Amino acid sequence: MTAQTYELSHLQALEAESIHIIREVAAEFERPVLLFSGGKDSVVMLHLAAKAFTPARVPFPVMHIDTGHNFDEVLDFRDSTVERLGVRLVVASVEDSIAKGRVRERPDGVRNPLQTVTLLDAINDNGFDAVFGGARRDEEKARAKERVFSFRDEFGQWDPKNQRPELWSLYNGRHHKGEHIRVFPLSNWTELDVWQYLAAEEIDLPSIYFAHEREVFQRDGMWLSVGKHNSPREHEEVVTMTVRFRTVGDAPITGAVESTAATYDDIVAEVAATRMTERGATRADDRLTEAAMEDRKKEGYF
Amino acid sequence: MELLRFATAGSVDDGKSTLIGRLLYDTKSIFEDQLESIERTSRDRGDEQTNLALLTDGLRAEREQGITIDVAYRYFATPKRKFIIADTPGHIQYTRNMVTGASTANLALILIDARQGIVEQSRRHAFIASLLRVPHLVLCVNKMDLVDYDETVFQRIRDEFRQFASKLDIGDLTFIPVSALLGDNVVHRSANMPWYDGSSLLHHLEQVHIASDRNLIDARFPVQYVIRPQHQTNRELHDYRGYAGVVAGGVFKPGDDVVVLPSGLATTIESIDTADGAVKEAFAPMSVTIRLGDDVDVSRGDMICRPHNQPRVTQDVEAMICWLADQPLQVRGMYAIKHTTRNVRGQVRELEYRIDINSLHRDETADTLSLNEIGRVTLRTTQPLFVDEYRRNRITGSFLLIEESTGATVGAGMIL
Repeated sequence: MTAQTYELSHLQALEAESIHIIREVAAEFERPVLLFSGGKDSVVMLHLAAKAFTPARVPFPVMHIDTGHNFDEVLDFRDSTVERLGVRLVVASVEDSIAKGRVRERPDGVRNPLQTVTLLDAINDNGFDAVFGGARRDEEKARAKERVFSFRDEFGQWDPKNQRPELWSLYNGRHHKGEHIRVFPLSNWTELDVWQYLAAEEIDLPSIYFAHEREVFQRDGMWLSVGKHNSPREHEEVVTMTVRFRTVGDAPITGAVESTAATYDDIVAEVAATRMTERGATRADDRLTEAAMEDRKKEGYF
Repeated sequence: MELLRFATAGSVDDGKSTLIGRLLYDTKSIFEDQLESIERTSRDRGDEQTNLALLTDGLRAEREQGITIDVAYRYFATPKRKFIIADTPGHIQYTRNMVTGASTANLALILIDARQGIVEQSRRHAFIASLLRVPHLVLCVNKMDLVDYDETVFQRIRDEFRQFASKLDIGDLTFIPVSALLGDNVVHRSANMPWYDGSSLLHHLEQVHIASDRNLIDARFPVQYVIRPQHQTNRELHDYRGYAGVVAGGVFKPGDDVVVLPSGLATTIESIDTADGAVKEAFAPMSVTIRLGDDVDVSRGDMICRPHNQPRVTQDVEAMICWLADQPLQVRGMYAIKHTTRNVRGQVRELEYRIDINSLHRDETADTLSLNEIGRVTLRTTQPLFVDEYRRNRITGSFLLIEESTGATVGAGMIL
């Protein structure tokens, strides 16, 4: 910022807005929780939460909705991060939900859609009244229409046609017992903003975000990683390539992109030049229908 | 790189989606998979051209009905600035949507079809932009290609709009003749209109001076959250007591004499902290943590300001209200009020008039406000608020009315 003109850069302005939102939740809710997967957006969100309450600790726990299909690097990262910040970690497991008969494993083994039940059960069981999510409006067109404070009824449902108008920086978090508010502090950030901010703040990320050699095979136009949760079918050829991940989700449906970007500067340059959205390039779950995300969100998805 | 937020208003036919599509496309902000997806959908629906509105109409109901229901946010950047567009639909719930989009905008962009000239809707949009105190207004006279790039058409619209705008409170008004479809004056200056010597739209968006739109005079700091680490072993942290919040106006510096409202206690600023270290000054919209020189009792909802420049402390509020709910305004009804970081209750004592947003006529016989209507009210609050005129400060001058039983946001208020 320059003292003469009192200007903030776009990253400073976005950071100030996000910190405002996070503090507002801490002030007005009884039991907030922050969803933390170790993915880059949730890493930025937790970093902002830590900054918002410095020198005190983050005054709420973080929660991981664990599909059981994880990249080991990401789990290690999750654990070291919560330890460093001294926050409590709640793990809600999709495998537990399957064992309890709350949901059934799908024939294709994809657990991303099953997370909704696990998430809503965990919100209920813990009595959480505000749930921070790292979703951004530039990610997907249904998300482009969602509020920063997004009301959920007792079934966790989102009603896109009946959202509260959101004006100025006044956020209405009113709800009754059993209802909750999803809060999206990164609503106005783009993928490029996130990477520029990670670089500027020198924030650690799981290593799989940076270029590395990996055994992959092609399915539905995406490069999937060979691993314990993912094996190639007969006709799918395994190759070793230099790749990185642009998003990190349920391992069987998260695609890698061919890339040699090994540093933040490389990635910022790559993201600035890319001609594909991150979800289009790497997430099979969003390709199902035009309104796949909207339908999942209405049921209570992230 | 600075951030500029702008709101666009218009309806299906005036080329707004085409204009936004053009801005996004020409700044390489539309991705290939997005373009492919809307091309496919347009083809499936039998549209003749790729319908760029599909980029923003994300909801199933919007696609099914071919209309835009809600404000959509779009993002793009040039090497000079990052932009956030609040794209507000023109026909359904137009007032509610445009008020929402305009509330945070630095600039409002209104489109006019050169063949139609100024229509009722253009006046309505200009009125809302002025009511919400959007500092910069840009009038794009679109479809200039369909009037043979005729300068006199542009001049006639400009002169007529200027005359109308003189009745409104508009700070900065700019007129740009464009063809969104063909790209004239959108990103580059057009060779088809040599008589126009102003900037292209994008160049204007990149250059318009917004830094001085913020209030840097009246120091206001609504306390949002009290930070108390209560550290067991670290003595310094144990005694730490910081008041966190966003600067809502003016400039704060360590050493400043300040007053805390409502107690009126005077003290000084010891330090202004951020996670990146202490800062020498803080201004809107920075999120900071202020430590005070004396151990005074301060909590959320209090306001830190300067002794010789204080907001009005009052339970009686005169305001313009835009009604946002299906259930009409209840005069003498109690509502929850959210103003800065303060939550109080209040009764609408009187509706002084309802304003016809097309003619600006004031109807003093009105006894309620329905959805999308705007009027002037008198409120009495249960606790004092610390207010400024909205025209002086958009943060300390605005509030929400909330229906207490449902929790719905029903009114947007601008303090007079």
